[in-house]
Amino acid sequence: MISFKDIVAAVLTVVGVLFVALTIAAGLIWVERRLLAVWQDRYGPNRVGPLGLFQVLADTIKLLAKEDWIPPFADKPVFVIAPAIVMITVLFSFAVLPVARNIVIADLNVGLLYFLAMSSMGVYSIVLGGWASDNKYSLLGALRASAQMISYEVFMGLSLMGVVLVAGSFKLSDVVEWQDRNVWFVLPQFPGFVLFLIAGIAETRRLPFDLPEADSELVAGFHSEYSGMKFGMFFVGEYLGVTLVSALIAVLFFGGWLGPVFGLAGWARTALGIVWLLVKTFLFIGFFILLRAALPRPRFDQLMSWGWKWMLPLALANLLVTGAVVMTMSK
Amino acid sequence: MLSLLRTFWEILKHTFRRRVTVQYPEEKPYLAPRWRGRIILSRDPDGEERCVACYLCAVACPVDCISLQATEDKNGRRYPEFFRINFSRCIFCGFCEEACPTYAIQLTPDFEMGEYKRQNLVYEKEDLLISGPGKYPGYNFWRVAGVEIGGKGKGDAEREDPPTDVRSLLP
Repeated sequence: MISFKDIVAAVLTVVGVLFVALTIAAGLIWVERRLLAVWQDRYGPNRVGPLGLFQVLADTIKLLAKEDWIPPFADKPVFVIAPAIVMITVLFSFAVLPVARNIVIADLNVGLLYFLAMSSMGVYSIVLGGWASDNKYSLLGALRASAQMISYEVFMGLSLMGVVLVAGSFKLSDVVEWQDRNVWFVLPQFPGFVLFLIAGIAETRRLPFDLPEADSELVAGFHSEYSGMKFGMFFVGEYLGVTLVSALIAVLFFGGWLGPVFGLAGWARTALGIVWLLVKTFLFIGFFILLRAALPRPRFDQLMSWGWKWMLPLALANLLVTGAVVMTMSK
Repeated sequence: MLSLLRTFWEILKHTFRRRVTVQYPEEKPYLAPRWRGRIILSRDPDGEERCVACYLCAVACPVDCISLQATEDKNGRRYPEFFRINFSRCIFCGFCEEACPTYAIQLTPDFEMGEYKRQNLVYEKEDLLISGPGKYPGYNFWRVAGVEIGGKGKGDAEREDPPTDVRSLLP
């Protein structure tokens, strides 16, 4: 029997997660520009509002005011749907993210598989967007994206299997509870953490794995032909992806909402848990931006051989060793 | 792999480096004294206009942004009737300053001349003329060149040397 209270709680959770995720993703436009500027000895946008925070608003107004142009040679329906898919799939993934103890939109017992499935679906957005644009740069970007995402998804899934083996569950809240009882997964599953981090960067198409966009070679890759808010959707979708992967790293390897509680209890403890998750998430978002500031872009064949010849065998080895250890421990 | 970590560290160290950005409207950049900015017309130490309306600046100007009309006062001294610089064309090359035989036209370290109307970028003589001698205090062209007034040639007055023959190579 579902009570009225449950429905209100569920709706509040959905709205809260949606609001926070979208706010962070939009805010990241400003955060990234400021942080990149800091690491390049500049200031970045600091004129609009306090610390330049309203820059996001100004950018949004600019994007909304732009002509929403669809090229006459484009495949119109697909062209329009493609940017929405990236937003939808990433936002769907947020559903299984445990924000704090017992606060999660849908605590699926296949949560991790669901996340992997959704991130695979995200490829469609890029491939369709690049294909529908009917532009050779876009098509090249889309092809690169599909090759890259498929290659890196393989060991992304495998790198997480170590965590699943040890925690004994695909459920994300179970993974965190295991870390509460034992130790954060970053220690026993360090190779898995590194592999998932690399796969996550590739999955969100962030530098140094931004070959689908590769501004210097492909103009803007798969979204060359997009303008206005459709481009904005790709843009925010990318930042949502960064937020999601950062939050997942925090949940899977750094104990999610766990952290010093300072003797708090009840709702204050829950709130503190959310704060801890946000702090950890932002640390990884910062790392993503640091990567962009620090690393050059590899060649595409280097990217492929790196993925298949190093990351995949390493992920398999990690899985093998973890499996062996789990088997001997359980006997 | 180690080089990657070192790269991150090197980039992180930039967090506390000095910013290279000059926060312009609040913080003004240093402009050298010879900076080529807004053009002015200067006066000699006696407060007279230095410009003799020789048209050399207008000729030297590669974008033809200077226009003037020469006229004479009652002593037969040449001066510009009007002097107009169209700053929407000016490229601040400084050729006019180099061409000027009397140091009248000078470029100054000022670039903040933005206008909302293009027409306002056309400066007339009263906008250009300043009350001081500009970069060359104490220089008076006529003291150096000698002056011809009604009934008296150059160097004919008492205690006045004959004018230098500018076409001679001898000193």
